[in-house]
Amino acid sequence: MNLSARRIRGIFRKELRDYRRNVPVIVSMAYLPLIFLIQPIVVIFKVDSSTAQIISHAPVLLYMLAIPALTPAMVAAYAVIGERQQGTLEPVLTTPIRREELLLGKAMAALVPSVAVSYTVFAVFVLVVDIFAAHGIAAALIQGPQLLAQLVFTPLLAAASIWIGIAISTRSNDVRSAQAFSLLATIPLAVPTALMAFKVIPATLGIALGFAAVLVLADGLGWRFVSAMFDRERLITGTR
Amino acid sequence: MQTQPQPVPPHNTTSPALSVERLSKRFGDRIAFDDVSFEVGPGEVFGFLGPNGAGKTTTVRTLGTLIAPTSGLATVAGIPLTPENGLEIRRRIAIMPESPGLYLRLSVKENLECFADLYETPKPNDRIRAALQAVNLVDRASDICGSLSKGLRQRVALARALLSDPEVLFLDEPTAGLDPAAAHEVHDLIDTLRRGGVTIFLTTHRLEEAERLCDRVAILNTTLRTIGPPKELRDRLFGKALVIRTVQPLTDPGDVLVGVPAVESWRQDEDGTYILVVSDVAAAAPAITRALVAAGADVLSISESRHSLEDVYLKLIDQDGETDPK
Repeated sequence: MNLSARRIRGIFRKELRDYRRNVPVIVSMAYLPLIFLIQPIVVIFKVDSSTAQIISHAPVLLYMLAIPALTPAMVAAYAVIGERQQGTLEPVLTTPIRREELLLGKAMAALVPSVAVSYTVFAVFVLVVDIFAAHGIAAALIQGPQLLAQLVFTPLLAAASIWIGIAISTRSNDVRSAQAFSLLATIPLAVPTALMAFKVIPATLGIALGFAAVLVLADGLGWRFVSAMFDRERLITGTR
Repeated sequence: MQTQPQPVPPHNTTSPALSVERLSKRFGDRIAFDDVSFEVGPGEVFGFLGPNGAGKTTTVRTLGTLIAPTSGLATVAGIPLTPENGLEIRRRIAIMPESPGLYLRLSVKENLECFADLYETPKPNDRIRAALQAVNLVDRASDICGSLSKGLRQRVALARALLSDPEVLFLDEPTAGLDPAAAHEVHDLIDTLRRGGVTIFLTTHRLEEAERLCDRVAILNTTLRTIGPPKELRDRLFGKALVIRTVQPLTDPGDVLVGVPAVESWRQDEDGTYILVVSDVAAAAPAITRALVAAGADVLSISESRHSLEDVYLKLIDQDGETDPK
């Protein structure tokens, strides 16, 4: 199967242009990260320098990986059902675009802002902690392995979250229920990082690599799986 | 396992642009359309008429590869209608759905840029400009589609359909909801496309539109009721007739009208008005005039009875209502 980079780019560019002017999508993309930003900042500012040693042994920053795990699905859930409700899906499907191209363009368009928001929120958190937290807290909190984990896992988790959101979007009949179901369905993605953050399972290199491998596989299979779910006839006629 | 697409032969310009043979589509127990057969020649404007729920839009979607037929065969732009050929067919056709389906938060140009990419149109900026010129929207290229009137949105959708320079253009109710002036502009554009050799498959409720634009029309009511040029359909269903009006009713019209060459039958419509079914208008009209003058009748007018496509349509649909109460 030969995929067309131009058709994928066409969908990608259109989606980004549409997001830019779509207030509900921007709100969806903004409010969850804010919750995940404010809560740890409040916690960190309550901590004094005497507890820095304790913090240094807890991978607190992994908690922030909940942002790419949960947020992108809210945006991706809009991708297919949103177009279907607006009546814009049928004209797109009358063009020579393959479903794999359409879905990849949409997924990439959800991935880019989601990763950007996640990195930005994380950077803001690190900066705030570095400037304003009690002495020693920043050094205890901001550690190389955790920064690297954030850098690597953010796009992997976001992509998995997006495929879950799009899968639900292709089978939903309205945007709100698609977003609600997507949020619920992505919660398991945040579980491993949360368990590491709360030291239920150890944050070792082996576990991190294993988790990364599973995510890479899930992201690739997700594309294929969602493409197979994408039924033009059902989406156009609402039957079958 | 994916089936490999069959090699697609180059489209022979003398072969039909559309060929449909016993095509049917069912959704479970519901029949959308059944046993439909017709051909559309290259460069022809073909009207597809029918009441709501007759299966017109489903036929367009089927030929446009959006949905799969339940049975039957078809070729679209010279390519057999099979799931493997869907992409190649969609490259050669364009469909303007009944609802424009524009991205309302994007500008006119941004909408067209997206579709130029999807069709992989070479020199997209030139094509976009040409399409906008065709629908007189060059000066509105930067407008956000959500701010446009319904008529303007319809024109943008038409520009979008023209982007790929299609061999076959499906227009599903292109003037629905448009005011007469905007509808007239769309008609002019269809005329222009016809002169450019584009095959147009037009579904419409506007019978005067079909009569004005279409070389042939088909009337669908789940099954195909009739097909042919509008004039031929009128003649086929209603025959040729002359309407005679006299100042005073004829004393004995049978004496005057029976035996006149080319007159097959007659009936009185109202006082002083007679409708004559004739085999040849050109032969009957002068003979009747002479007969009336010889009978001393004061003739007000003799005219050919003109049945519209609407009469044809209503007669066929009424017949369906009588024979097949759904």
